[in-house]
Amino acid sequence: MADILIAAILTIITAATPLVYAALGEMITEKSGVLNLGVEGMILVGAVAGFATIHSTGSAALAIFAGLAAGALLASVFALLVLGFQATQVATGLALTIFGIGVSALVGQDLVGIAYDGLPKISIPLLSSIPVIGPLLFQHDILVYGSFALVFLVAWFLKNTRPGLVLRAVGNSHDAAHAIGYPVIRIRYMAILFGGAMAGLAGAYLSLAYSPLWIENMSAGRGWIALALVVFATWRPWRVFFGAYLFGGITIFQLHAQAFGVGVPAQIMSMLPYLATIVVLVIISRDINKIKLNAPMCIGKPFHPTA
Amino acid sequence: MFVSLVKRPERSQWMVYLSPVIALAMTLVSGIILFQLMGVESGKALYAFFVEPITHKYGWAELGVKATPLILIGVALSVGFRANVWNIGAEGQLTLGAICGGGVALFFYGVDSVFVLPLMMVGGILGGMMWAAIPAFLRTRFNANEILTSLMLTYVATLLLSVLVHGPWRDPDGFNFPESRIFSDSATLPVIWAGTRLHLGWIITIAVVAAVWVLMSKTIVGFQVKVVGQAPLAGRHAGFSVNRVIWFSLLLGGAMAGLAGLFEVSGPIGQLLPVISPGYGFTAIIVAFVGRLHPVGVFFAGLLLALSYLGGESAQITMNLPLAVTGVFQGMLLFFLLACDVLIAYQFRLNMTRGAKYG
Repeated sequence: MADILIAAILTIITAATPLVYAALGEMITEKSGVLNLGVEGMILVGAVAGFATIHSTGSAALAIFAGLAAGALLASVFALLVLGFQATQVATGLALTIFGIGVSALVGQDLVGIAYDGLPKISIPLLSSIPVIGPLLFQHDILVYGSFALVFLVAWFLKNTRPGLVLRAVGNSHDAAHAIGYPVIRIRYMAILFGGAMAGLAGAYLSLAYSPLWIENMSAGRGWIALALVVFATWRPWRVFFGAYLFGGITIFQLHAQAFGVGVPAQIMSMLPYLATIVVLVIISRDINKIKLNAPMCIGKPFHPTA
Repeated sequence: MFVSLVKRPERSQWMVYLSPVIALAMTLVSGIILFQLMGVESGKALYAFFVEPITHKYGWAELGVKATPLILIGVALSVGFRANVWNIGAEGQLTLGAICGGGVALFFYGVDSVFVLPLMMVGGILGGMMWAAIPAFLRTRFNANEILTSLMLTYVATLLLSVLVHGPWRDPDGFNFPESRIFSDSATLPVIWAGTRLHLGWIITIAVVAAVWVLMSKTIVGFQVKVVGQAPLAGRHAGFSVNRVIWFSLLLGGAMAGLAGLFEVSGPIGQLLPVISPGYGFTAIIVAFVGRLHPVGVFFAGLLLALSYLGGESAQITMNLPLAVTGVFQGMLLFFLLACDVLIAYQFRLNMTRGAKYG
């Protein structure tokens, strides 16, 4: 019984990890006052870049870096448009997703049907042999460990560091931050790039570890779920992490329910993560004060330094 | 900095219309570069993409066939975008329209009556409206972001269609293929240009464009939509209900997307399939923006984006290029458009000289 439970939790971790990356990255972007709806597109280019690299070089490290870089590269297009050219954030984000879907399909057309063994698992000596806890926490691939580290880092960065404070200030009042002399545009640039890099890592995890292959549109809406998670978490890192695991759990639950042959068509079960997103969004948005209290106040507003 | 952005004293009306043209030119230039990178002869590829499809009568008709859903949805979405209502789940509303309208067709299978087709259209419209009503309700009642809810419902809608054509609505004589029966003649849209696939939906689309034009420029509803979008505070003082505008925008978008979905299944496709749209609902967002959120603009933008679909198919056949090139072109067009739109409210100025330079 314990074995089954451990196996189930392990699959939940794999389903949650890409969401952790994408949602934490987007959270940092939003904390700086920018709403980037292009997460889905950035995940896809990260996924295809990662898979193409592992296929041509065989190096997992390079592949992970390629995913990260591809996500950041696409994000830099977004940053240039919304920060440099004052383009609407909502429309530009949508364009990013449409473009990302197209470009990843174009690049990946020769990669369809190729398989990869998946990222190697790294067992931490001694710790990994502890019963139950060992397999759950200390026998993962590098990106899963990275996602654990990321949530600590992001939480610490926002709460305890000066740059974290500046980031929040820029997101809450860009005019005040600008008046004090902080480089609002440059800080937002970096926040957007970070968000893109993390979405790229989420993509790399999908194509290198979660289901190690490339399929067109393989993110299947995870970018949008990540966006909803940020709202659900009211822009707090630990809640993002918790939310990602909740959704990972729902995804795995529906897969298992299908395998056990619940008397419901598979497609109905597959609707669960999307429906859950809606329900969760409704529950959290119901209290308008809660959102107002936590949302970065400048989110979505363009900034043009006049003086 | 050498070049800086300076706010114009007034929005440039010129740039509103020039910006899509510049964007298109830049997309073409980028296309040439892209084709070079792919090792394809770019002249030939661009010809296959943008010219070859419309060198014959059938191609012009196909342009109308592809433009029908794009314009129909784009013109409705542009109303919502003006009001800052971001319905990006039109693809799902299209699917629900196809399900409900197609459901009517299957229910009356074999019935030969002139009433079947109008009933199907009503079904399509209601289906799309129903699907769009969910985000409208969740937004107005619970303040839930309509971008995310309408998009999530798109995934749900696609899965729902899949359930139906794999299960209860599967053609009993169809050798277990996931397809519905082929609609009877009374449930198929009449072709308006003999020898092509151009159907009645094209005429209805043009009528809708005209109707939305009148709605937006001549009626109080259109005025409310614009005020709520541009100056929510002024709208509130004038007593305009934001919630009503949200409901109106989403229901209109849903209705037209649903109708477009019904047109697809009772026109070019003729039955229900697991996939009925190559992303028309998403491309319509680009159509709305390229068309400057104006009905007439949307009409021409719809034709342009329809050409990108035809071009993708043509380039796939004649030059063996991947179909995904279409999406890349569409994305680039929107990128460049958004970048060029900066010139509506701003102008570039060289810091060295005093003269303004238009980029």
